[in-house]
Amino acid sequence: MSASSTTAPPAPPGPPARAAARSELSLRSRLFRLEGKAAPYAYVAPFFIVFAAFGLFPLVYTMWISLHDFELGSDMQWTGLDNYVWLFTNEKFYNSLFKTVTIGVLSTVPQLMLAIGLAHLLNYRMRARNIFRVSMIMPYATSVAASTLVFAQVFGRDNGLANWILSLVGVDGLDWRNGDLSAQIAIAVIVTWRWTGYNALIYLAGMQSIPGDLYEAAALDGANRWQQFLHVTLPGLRPTILFTIVVSTIGATQLFGEPLLFGGVDGGALNQYQTLGLFMYQQGWGYGALGRAATVAWVTFILIIGLVLLNTGLARWRDRDKDTGGRAAVHDTEQEARP
Amino acid sequence: MSTTRRSTAAVVAAALSTAVLLTSCSSSGTGSTEATGADGKTNLTVSLFGTFGLDEAGLFDEYEKLNPDVTITYESTQGENTYWPALQTKLASGNGAADVQGIEVGRIADVVANQSSKWTDLSTTVAGDQVPNYLPWKSAAATTEDGKVLGVGTDIGPMALCYRSDLLTQAGLPSAPADVAAQLGSWDDYTAMGEKFKAAAPAGTAWTDSAGGLYNAIISTQEEIYYDEAGKLVYDTNPAVKDAFDTAAAAAEQGLTAKLEQFEDPAWDKGFGGGSFATIACPAWMVGYIKGKAGDAGTGQWNVTSLPGGAGGNWGGAYLGIPKSSKNVEAAAKLVKWLTDPEQQAKVFEVGGNFPSNTGAIDLVTGTKDAYFQDAPIGQIFSAAAESAPTQILGEDDAVVKTALVQSLLSVETNGVSAADAWKNAAKTIDNQVG
Repeated sequence: MSASSTTAPPAPPGPPARAAARSELSLRSRLFRLEGKAAPYAYVAPFFIVFAAFGLFPLVYTMWISLHDFELGSDMQWTGLDNYVWLFTNEKFYNSLFKTVTIGVLSTVPQLMLAIGLAHLLNYRMRARNIFRVSMIMPYATSVAASTLVFAQVFGRDNGLANWILSLVGVDGLDWRNGDLSAQIAIAVIVTWRWTGYNALIYLAGMQSIPGDLYEAAALDGANRWQQFLHVTLPGLRPTILFTIVVSTIGATQLFGEPLLFGGVDGGALNQYQTLGLFMYQQGWGYGALGRAATVAWVTFILIIGLVLLNTGLARWRDRDKDTGGRAAVHDTEQEARP
Repeated sequence: MSTTRRSTAAVVAAALSTAVLLTSCSSSGTGSTEATGADGKTNLTVSLFGTFGLDEAGLFDEYEKLNPDVTITYESTQGENTYWPALQTKLASGNGAADVQGIEVGRIADVVANQSSKWTDLSTTVAGDQVPNYLPWKSAAATTEDGKVLGVGTDIGPMALCYRSDLLTQAGLPSAPADVAAQLGSWDDYTAMGEKFKAAAPAGTAWTDSAGGLYNAIISTQEEIYYDEAGKLVYDTNPAVKDAFDTAAAAAEQGLTAKLEQFEDPAWDKGFGGGSFATIACPAWMVGYIKGKAGDAGTGQWNVTSLPGGAGGNWGGAYLGIPKSSKNVEAAAKLVKWLTDPEQQAKVFEVGGNFPSNTGAIDLVTGTKDAYFQDAPIGQIFSAAAESAPTQILGEDDAVVKTALVQSLLSVETNGVSAADAWKNAAKTIDNQVG
């Protein structure tokens, strides 16, 4: 059988046809090889093209603008690093940097602590659990404008809900909007209200990936719920916590919509709640100084990169003594976080 | 497996967001892209800010009826401070600006000095016929050195004093316009009357709304404010600015103000009806604002009289201009001419309170009384204020200086900053921004 097949080749395809077939085959295989090499690039190209157009180009162009005197409605003039000198000698910049940090701490810390508590509660078996879980995300789905306008009424000086509650416990009403700390607290409350649920859901997802037998083992060892939370949940959540801290830090650095709608672009009579975002907006669209606004944008960008590196660096440093498993988990979360 | 799914999702997400971006970009412009519509009609786009009163007085509908071959698309942005930057980017790209655009008086110096290449010279169009009919200072402010007219005036902001007669009566003060005016010979008399009011006022009611508003009123009666005739920044050496600032700061320190930032603090709006302040210096265009905020319930509570000492001042006002990018310059100019004719301006004043800048229209409205303001002769009061108002010298960075000073006055009211420190803070901000 095998001999006949080798000794009797099919007659019709003669030598020339066979040559053609061979060259066709090699073209095909070349194309195939080309496809194998090029196709992955073609598949990822859309992302990079979009990123170049909407991510990289604005970034580089903003850098370019920041080196110019560019008034809204007139032409650019090269001024080198003048804008940066102006920025770093400007009290208002340091003020806004400081206010960004204080409002950031006032909003991020309670927000993450509340979120972890809520996630812990939602992790228990209970009636209508999904309804509670979905309701967590509702504030996040509300627009910044809507929630800020409502909270501006709540924190109103005359007839505001917050002052009414204070009056119930015998405290005099505050001028929330015009005070220093009071305005910052009000803004922090808006931010906290919007983002707590979002973070709670992320923590909840993290909690569900902690194996149940760890809790069983802890319970067998006599740990109560609080001890379980401290010694099982928290260590298991560490990569998730790092992720939320990084994301919240970035959000806090870019805080803009809430203070703008709460009190306007000056951020109060003494700029007491003028964040970096507001400061940038004021330069660009309040005063029409686009060059200076671009400078603020770049400095903010570099600041955010610095903060993220600091955050992850601290986490790495803390993990050095721990087992490698923890570090791998951290690494994984970073990968998840990227897109 | 999971990685491919994720990257596909990312690509889909990226493509989606691109699509959203593109569509949102293309749909946002109300630009004058086509000269005539499919039905052969000329479509004119009009883009304004705040309340010009043109649409409210039904003028666009009326113009369409008079000119069946024209359709008008009108839009308005509430805040001038968002309207103007958006317009600037459209002008810079030469695309997307409407055929007719509103220009606030605070911007006109900048337009005349820096943007003459972006606006149509109206003196070469039919709208140019309107120029000789204006109060001289109104048209002069919109004319470049080489004689181009870049905008024709809609309204001006002659100043008066609006007050709650019911609250004044409760405090045992005279409340009839003539009696109030008789007591107010100067701004010092005004603060003195405020002291009396404060002593006998109902709880939660201040004499005036804000130190910034008081400052604006006092400074509005001046000819030279932040710039001198040569275009030099002189706010720090001009005694009138310092005096106005000190008077307002003193009123704040005496507790005569309700500490409400104008147009920003939601409580300011409520104050018109709620009675958290008894008096407010009101340019003509604020008359409509008061009616809107105090509502029907406020009918008969407010009254109007002239500024202390019968001084004339001006605060605000606007122009209409036609961007160079317009494809319908002739038709747009015809519309602008018609909108600024005396009859139309008089109609706008009666509906919205925006006071006419066309002298012909001023003659038409001198007899106007307003039932909402207890039949106050608002036509006569604002005409007198417009006539005696000085020709203000406008400068490019007026807005920056004014905002800084008003903001500093707010810090005197609400943050306990001393008047001297507040002045220093404002000067620092201004030097930093303008210098």
